[in-house]
Amino acid sequence: MLTRLQAAPTVRRIAGAAFTLFGCAVAVFIMLRAIPGDQITAIYGTEAAALSEEQRESLRAYYGLDQPLIVQFFTWLGSVLTGNLGYSSRTQQSVLEMTAQSLPVTLQLSVLAILVALLVGIPLGMLAASRTNALRDWFGQGVALAGLGIPTFLLGTFVLGMAAQSWGFNPNGLRYARLWDDPWLNLQQMFMPALVLGFAIAAPVMRTTRTAVLEVRSLDFIRTAKAKGVPPARLRRSHVLRNSLVPVVTQTGMQFGFLLGGAVVVEQIFSLPGLGRQVVVAMNQQEYAVVQSTVLVIALLFVLVNLATDLLYQRIDPRVRAE
Amino acid sequence: MSTTTATTVTGAAAPPAQSRVGSRTLRAVLRSPSGVAGVLIVGLFILMAGVSAAGLLPHSPSAQDATVRLQPPSVEHWFGTDQLGRDTFSRVASGVANSARVALVAVVISGVIGTVAGIVAGYLRGLSDTAISAVTNVLFAFPSLLLALTLASVFARNWFTVAVAIAVGFAPIFVRVARGPVLALREMEYVAAARATGMRAPSIMTRHILPNITGILIVQVTLTFSWAVLAEASLSFLGFGTPPPAASLGSMVYDAQSLMVAAPWTMLAPGLTLVLLIVGLNLLGDGLRDALDPNRKGK
Repeated sequence: MLTRLQAAPTVRRIAGAAFTLFGCAVAVFIMLRAIPGDQITAIYGTEAAALSEEQRESLRAYYGLDQPLIVQFFTWLGSVLTGNLGYSSRTQQSVLEMTAQSLPVTLQLSVLAILVALLVGIPLGMLAASRTNALRDWFGQGVALAGLGIPTFLLGTFVLGMAAQSWGFNPNGLRYARLWDDPWLNLQQMFMPALVLGFAIAAPVMRTTRTAVLEVRSLDFIRTAKAKGVPPARLRRSHVLRNSLVPVVTQTGMQFGFLLGGAVVVEQIFSLPGLGRQVVVAMNQQEYAVVQSTVLVIALLFVLVNLATDLLYQRIDPRVRAE
Repeated sequence: MSTTTATTVTGAAAPPAQSRVGSRTLRAVLRSPSGVAGVLIVGLFILMAGVSAAGLLPHSPSAQDATVRLQPPSVEHWFGTDQLGRDTFSRVASGVANSARVALVAVVISGVIGTVAGIVAGYLRGLSDTAISAVTNVLFAFPSLLLALTLASVFARNWFTVAVAIAVGFAPIFVRVARGPVLALREMEYVAAARATGMRAPSIMTRHILPNITGILIVQVTLTFSWAVLAEASLSFLGFGTPPPAASLGSMVYDAQSLMVAAPWTMLAPGLTLVLLIVGLNLLGDGLRDALDPNRKGK
């Protein structure tokens, strides 16, 4: 009985996510068609000028560009669904292969950044909430404002520049080491990027924690627990914090999109070969097939994380579960 | 939720003269210290952008002078000069003007399209709501910076296409912000009364719905403006923003990367300007929210 009640919204959410993903594929397809000039020029670059009209026609037929757009779309979608994300015309490497290399980098960076954000944001939020409008509150709010106000690219450039030019610490100048090849160098290379990216998300985490703690603390059950004689430390930990974490989890999930956007910038600054760098490099080289597929992969990642957050939220908040 | 919005609505149902609302809002914003700081900072930047737009800068932002390369700040060059001997202060001021222009156009485009779509979806419901919400969900599935980056890399680049690229990612935010309260407003009695008197949907939406969500929209415009400034700077930093030789705060930071220790002013000037601009807009947004959002009044 309970499972049936729970299944309905879950199924609806999954269906919604699938529908959104289909929309993403359409959007990415349209974006690629919006490129000025035709596809042949995009693929062959300046060499396209040397092509005769017949050659152009046969190339268009070869790439299926003479088909109606809707046919082109479903052909493309079909190949994407069977794992063919296209090829880089420069290196001949498949985008699937490239993504298999770059996805773990971005995932590792994201996880570390979220860890930094939680480790900074939650204690700071609790500290600020412990006495509102006191010095500690202003301090917490100030750090949050700095997190919102300092652009990721500025902080990243600054941290990298200071470390490299003043202290000679520049592990990111070395060739990227994968976690399982050289864990020590890998963690050194991930250290600064994770701090920079994490700092940006620490601000919303801090603000959410502060608001949630203040709200939970004013609820009746806290007064009851206090009256019952629950020791203050235990009250803070198992009553207030535990219940405040629900919005924090949702908030962190929602920040994931921002994280992926920020990863584009941070990976570029710190030379990490992740998804973001893959996109920017492809854009600079006008490799639109790579851009198209990578953007789609990032959207897929984002939609999946949002779905997971939604489902997790249902699990951890008994009030949502009961509805 | 619907009850709190309902009190908002009745409170604002009879809008007094526009100028009085404006001055009352300003007074309310100026009551909080952060509101005062926000107004001052944003005012300073409006002045800076105005001076730059009027061509009243002490030096031309693009004039190179090999005799004064990498000079530290002085009376002649307030923020020093860069590696090409250009005056950093003039470049920062014209970068602020450029950011403001891009952000303003991006906010106007996303705000108008998003708000209209949000009101239509929330008021008409049905098929238009389904369609608009589907498009909104799809656009939300892309990180907004990535969306802007992709569009900017595809378009022929000038400041206007950069603004459009940024606007696409922000329009869905306005859709959500507008749609929510409209769902509650459409059930209000005075809206039903307007409908009963034969008023048509477009008039109801412009005369009865829109005026009641302007407070929320003004706050959202301020916040979105700060995100647009940030997005423009990030795009310029990555090499996909306003093309050179126009000065942009983002590309100035990029150019200063290797000079950071040798000539710190080349990075600090555009960097701190950007931080101050974003913080100022956020403070103003916070002040406006406290002043305009009745749910937060008295807190």
